[in-house]
Amino acid sequence: MQNERYELNKNLAQMLKGGVIMDVTTPEQARIAEEAGACAVMALERIPADIRAAGGVARMSDPKMIKGIQEAVSIPVMAKCRIGHIAEARILEAIDIDFIDESEVLSPADDKYHIDKTRFSVPFVCGARDLGEALRRIAEGAAMIRTKGEPGTGDVVQAVRHMRAMNSEIARVTSMREDELFEEAKRLAVPVELLRSVHENGKLPVVNFAAGGVATPADAALMMMLGAEGVFVGSGIFKSGDPAKRARAIVRAVTHFSDAKYLAELSEDLGEAMVGINEEEIKTLMAERGK
Amino acid sequence: MRIGVLALQGAFIEHQRAVESLGEECIQVRTRSDLFGLDGLILPGGESTVQGRLLSEQSLTQVLRGEIEGGMPVFGTCAGLILLSKRISNDENVYLGTMSVTVRRNAYGRQLGSFRVTSDMGAIKDFPMVFIRAPYIERVEGEAAALATVDGHIVAARERNMLATSFHPELAPDLRVHGYFLDMVRGRI
Repeated sequence: MQNERYELNKNLAQMLKGGVIMDVTTPEQARIAEEAGACAVMALERIPADIRAAGGVARMSDPKMIKGIQEAVSIPVMAKCRIGHIAEARILEAIDIDFIDESEVLSPADDKYHIDKTRFSVPFVCGARDLGEALRRIAEGAAMIRTKGEPGTGDVVQAVRHMRAMNSEIARVTSMREDELFEEAKRLAVPVELLRSVHENGKLPVVNFAAGGVATPADAALMMMLGAEGVFVGSGIFKSGDPAKRARAIVRAVTHFSDAKYLAELSEDLGEAMVGINEEEIKTLMAERGK
Repeated sequence: MRIGVLALQGAFIEHQRAVESLGEECIQVRTRSDLFGLDGLILPGGESTVQGRLLSEQSLTQVLRGEIEGGMPVFGTCAGLILLSKRISNDENVYLGTMSVTVRRNAYGRQLGSFRVTSDMGAIKDFPMVFIRAPYIERVEGEAAALATVDGHIVAARERNMLATSFHPELAPDLRVHGYFLDMVRGRI
């Protein structure tokens, strides 16, 4: 039964492919996102750029605020809990959330252990910077993986780095001899069965999205070109001059990422992009949280 | 035979693999020009609101509606069923609106209501049906006929050249429902 639930949860992630998941903080923003063509929304009290600016401890959002967003839209609603915070995850499951993001964007509640996600009926998405991290999260029960990027910066460099690292490690594992997988599993600190699945299929056993720092249609298209199966956009939309237009353009850029002429049209006249911070200007690297 | 799968958003690669496993060519459809020379089209699962919006912007809606009304065989799964239906009981949108069925979106609730069951679809016995935040069909009218029922709700229907299921045959390792659609394209059934 538990296994069947996990399959259904991986299946939901498959339905999100080719789509854009947008961070929203109010029912109004959720409606703008749905109207623009978001395939899901992430309900949170503050978007990552503001979490970064405010500092302090960032926690799960108020369930009442999440319920308001669930009522406002018909697409799936996701919400974040802190890394290792089993109780926050149980609360989100109790309000019938569609997906939980065990997220490094919030302050970690546990500096050693992630949640044992196999104990839950609700699906989880987790961040990963490389193949080892992705397979460890999948072993814990994650039904979907995303790059960690560097949320709230508007700088895509880390998402690119994670996606490239993942792809080149997958390519390396695919080309290994079968008897080399045991040693590689030991090196990556992952179960050999999961590594064998990567070896045979040339991809992760779950859907893999890009996240962190995506601010323009071109950023979103870049991540798709690098092999992402869809894109999370956090601060990039509602920190920009014309959120509805930018949201629309990013959705279309993900679908038509290989049509450069159309991308050019989509990139026109979008108003001010989020200002952004360069990676080297940041004090807290959220991607370093939870390995 | 050349089958297209609408590739705007959702689980289109899974359908492509299923069709290719049955030995037929399958291409991804994103623009009007991709529709040229197709013998049949699959509308995959995903988010119907997203697919519906992307369809209308590429002015694919009118072109596709014309093709389907002109007799092109089409197979919609989950979101694809919603795109095909003439009425959505809990949503005012109509997308292609070619099939005489009324559907209810997210009829089983949110993700915790998603389930898998083994059931029959006509002559296809014991098919593993996967329902993900699925719709069901409340009513079939005119030439539309129910093909499968689960817990008193219609989950598959056919009307002339249109086949639709609220479950996802592309997520099962079983190719019989895709085989049924290819037989429709071949004009055998």
